[in-house]
Amino acid sequence: MNATKELIASAPSGFQEPGFLADLRLQMVKFAALQLSDPHAAEDAVQEALVGALKNERSFGGRAAFKTWVFAILKHKIADALRRRQRIPEALAVSRDDEDGEEMAALFDETGHWRDAEAPENWSASANDPEHALRSSEFWLVFETCLDRLPVKQARVFMMREFVELEVEEICASAEVSLSNVHVLLHRARLRLRECLENRWFAAGELPC
Amino acid sequence: MLKCREATQLVSQSQDRPLKMGERVAVRMHLVICVACRNFEKQMATLRSTARAFARKRE
Repeated sequence: MNATKELIASAPSGFQEPGFLADLRLQMVKFAALQLSDPHAAEDAVQEALVGALKNERSFGGRAAFKTWVFAILKHKIADALRRRQRIPEALAVSRDDEDGEEMAALFDETGHWRDAEAPENWSASANDPEHALRSSEFWLVFETCLDRLPVKQARVFMMREFVELEVEEICASAEVSLSNVHVLLHRARLRLRECLENRWFAAGELPC
Repeated sequence: MLKCREATQLVSQSQDRPLKMGERVAVRMHLVICVACRNFEKQMATLRSTARAFARKRE
């Protein structure tokens, strides 16, 4: 895999420490091979994902975030590869992202108001308030889990916006979705993330009355 | 009058584009009467700073 060696050698210094990219690549290959059951297709998907992720590497101070990002791209590449093989029809592959009117109906009632159980709470009143959360390693695990549960497209657009700090117009150009779609995907990603964080972190710290 | 569903949409978009005057007024008016959406607005700010802290965090 000369191409990969070159790629790793040319990676910016933050990710060149012994083994980091090589280990990451191995994990990615295992992950891809599981889903594609074709070693060549898996290598290709990993290669494409790494090249894509390293293009934006300068925006990442942290390896944890880089890893999450690179896996989000990898999932996308795997979905593309599967679709090309026609194992799953295109419509099915995107349905989780595009067809979640039901999900919105679960949050808001017919009149467009929050359903009682879904209404956002005041996180600052939680024992696990945001200020403390950021200093807790457990919180970061919850955050990663919540990111992981986002549908691929939502995760990708959210990370482009909030990790790489691209403007919505730039996302629209590189993710090949319309501007209004970027807004919809961001809105849904944020709704899901806030719900997940509230259920798994902030509500768990509710003060006894 | 805005519904929570549209209000959250605009609150989310306000992080990505400047809202038009009319949109800003409509959101403000909704937030005055809606605690849940006020919480949502605060949470969006927290979500952004959390995501950015995550992206910069060392493993």
